[in-house]
Amino acid sequence: MLITRKAEFSASHVCSNAELSAEENERLYGIESRPSGHGHNYVLEVTVRGDVNPVHGMVLDLKELKEVIRENVLDIYDHRFLNREVPPFDKVVPTAENIAGDIWHRLDEPIGRLGSKLHSVRLHESDDLFVEVCEPRAT
Amino acid sequence: MTTLTKRYGFAASHRLCAPSLSEERNREIFGKCANPFGHGHNYSLEVSVEGDPDPRSGMVVQRSALDSWVHSAVIRRIDHTHLNSEIAEFAKLVPTSENLLVVIEGWLRAAWPDYFPGQSLRLASLRLEETPRNSFRSALTAATDLP
Repeated sequence: MLITRKAEFSASHVCSNAELSAEENERLYGIESRPSGHGHNYVLEVTVRGDVNPVHGMVLDLKELKEVIRENVLDIYDHRFLNREVPPFDKVVPTAENIAGDIWHRLDEPIGRLGSKLHSVRLHESDDLFVEVCEPRAT
Repeated sequence: MTTLTKRYGFAASHRLCAPSLSEERNREIFGKCANPFGHGHNYSLEVSVEGDPDPRSGMVVQRSALDSWVHSAVIRRIDHTHLNSEIAEFAKLVPTSENLLVVIEGWLRAAWPDYFPGQSLRLASLRLEETPRNSFRSALTAATDLP
């Protein structure tokens, strides 16, 4: 069975690659590359997979999942300028894809310790754009 | 594997009526959707593409390319039109959301090579909302072959 827990954080970022010129970054990322940064209200949906425990009737204790997300993501990301304050985004471009990938790596092991399996990380950058990571990526 | 989904809006009118059926039978099947002068919806289309993020850009797809593709193949063609009378595909096909989704998929696939030549990116799924209460999704199981 799959269970999804939703959480929100607000953060700012700039999408630009230091190896590229300002023009190339503008072409690649558009207004996301403006140098002073800008913010989003990100919405995170974390889906875990597991069997229903026959005694208590739950896949996992959602309070524990909430706590894992708070400790491993929200406390680190919320109200931060990602490029300046949240590694690896001092070196890695904080696109929605890379943020979702980073969140996957932060959550995978702690969710495993809860006895469940991380199934997917969905990250909404705005009302009209979201990304979803379903398999761990080589980084 | 990472999937990126972007939502686009368009407004269009239509009338649900199968030409081969009688007026009464159309009324039975489609109800008020068969009213003779048609009616409109604010449609919402979610386009999902999947791939591995490019190591240099950190993106599965460049947003401007995705927007250009969807705007050119779908939105500019269909926004503020009457589907039955202005879109050739619906001259004989009932413009239900099911059929509309199939037509949109065909347009997107036809335009794909112009926007994403030789990329490992794939069209993963399409979801069309006719109203906030009615939505339609195609799984695109053949996505590995085409495009």
